[in-house]
Amino acid sequence: MIVIVDYNAGNLTSVKRALDYLSIPCAISPDPHKVLNAEKIIFPGVGHAGFAMKVLRERALDAALKEAFNKGTPILGICLGTQVILSSSEETDLPCLDLIAGTCPKFALSDPALKIPHMGWNSIIMQRPHPVLCGIADGDEFYFVHSFYPQPREKTDVFALCDYGITFPAVIGRGNLVATQFHPEKSGQAGLRLLSAFASWDGASC
Amino acid sequence: MLSKRIVSCLDVRDGRLAKSVRFVDTRDIGDPVSTARNYYEAGIDELVFYDITASSDQRDIMIDVVSAVASCIFIPFSVGGGLRTVEDCTRVRLAGAEKINLNTAAVADQSLITRVSRALGSQAVVLSMDVLAVPASPQTPSGYEIVTHGGRTRTGLDAIAWARRGEALGAGELVVNSIDADGTREGYEIRLTRMIAEAVSIPVIASGGGGAPQHLYDVLTEGRADAALIASILHFGEYTIREIKEYLRAEGLKVRMV
Repeated sequence: MIVIVDYNAGNLTSVKRALDYLSIPCAISPDPHKVLNAEKIIFPGVGHAGFAMKVLRERALDAALKEAFNKGTPILGICLGTQVILSSSEETDLPCLDLIAGTCPKFALSDPALKIPHMGWNSIIMQRPHPVLCGIADGDEFYFVHSFYPQPREKTDVFALCDYGITFPAVIGRGNLVATQFHPEKSGQAGLRLLSAFASWDGASC
Repeated sequence: MLSKRIVSCLDVRDGRLAKSVRFVDTRDIGDPVSTARNYYEAGIDELVFYDITASSDQRDIMIDVVSAVASCIFIPFSVGGGLRTVEDCTRVRLAGAEKINLNTAAVADQSLITRVSRALGSQAVVLSMDVLAVPASPQTPSGYEIVTHGGRTRTGLDAIAWARRGEALGAGELVVNSIDADGTREGYEIRLTRMIAEAVSIPVIASGGGGAPQHLYDVLTEGRADAALIASILHFGEYTIREIKEYLRAEGLKVRMV
């Protein structure tokens, strides 16, 4: 059973709908015990990083996520979930989860024709193979909506990039944790392939 | 780089597709869910469902349609028509729609844009504007006026001023629908689309007049639109989504191929 972490951060039901469609058992839960004991975890979210960190702390989900990560539970971060797993974010003064060393800057683009948020379909540039990306080809397109982007400190934590005026990490990960800045649940067949691959991933990296 | 988006619009009345849609290959031509599913599989990038249900006691049917669509298509889609309160919009969003389309209700009560934007985030708020070409005047210096109720009601609002105001109030995206071009299939209103795209810093979806792939190319380049909305040329089976995208790609635009 996959537990989808509920921390009042956006439309979690769209992730559940995609998993239901794929016949992958899942449940949405705000309960840290359920998160800690989950077979796998999806950590989605849209919204504000500061608000997200506040709710994660109030519900003791921050500690549960860290412990689950440390004991090897496969975790998939999505969008805001991908940003708050880093050490910090420019969006908030609150420290983030620090599962992967790095920060989350806001887009600062020199071309005025490039709008913020970065919203729409964009292709990803593969950097390193990952079991969760096994059904994805270089250049496949995914749906993005964001103004901040993840920037891990270590290059080895970056699995795919995306180009939007600058080149930024679109898929990051370390060990049993993998995270996408885009929304696989809104990215058509390519997104569904990624979710399926996550459901059958044992958490071992390549 | 972002791909240019191809968006299609489906009119839904009492849970069924309105007669303006005559898609040939659907199993049930009246079923919005199966048509949406066909377009999704063919590579549409986004969908808009417009609820043209006349009576308010039939409106709950739309929630069922939204929920059914969200269970079988996995691309962003928005819902408009008849949404007048934050509660209406939240219900549609919880049923699985990515975005809310506001039009007449936003003109009648501008604070609705801000309130929905605060509740759901500006990325979820699409301001749809119906625009009529008028003689330039002190009130409408751009020569374009906002109209509502499908073009029947003049508002006196200048289109460029309203686009800017919509952005300031919290809209995350604009649909610019030219009443003059709508239904002509002779091409989008390039000048209007470009004026608005240059006046705001949020994405613009061009609507009205798309009759051939060349028209989409023109509005996505010269018109500076981020996306183009097509309806009848798809519904009547004149072009497939693949044909349109292959044309745009051959002309050098980045589009998502499936």
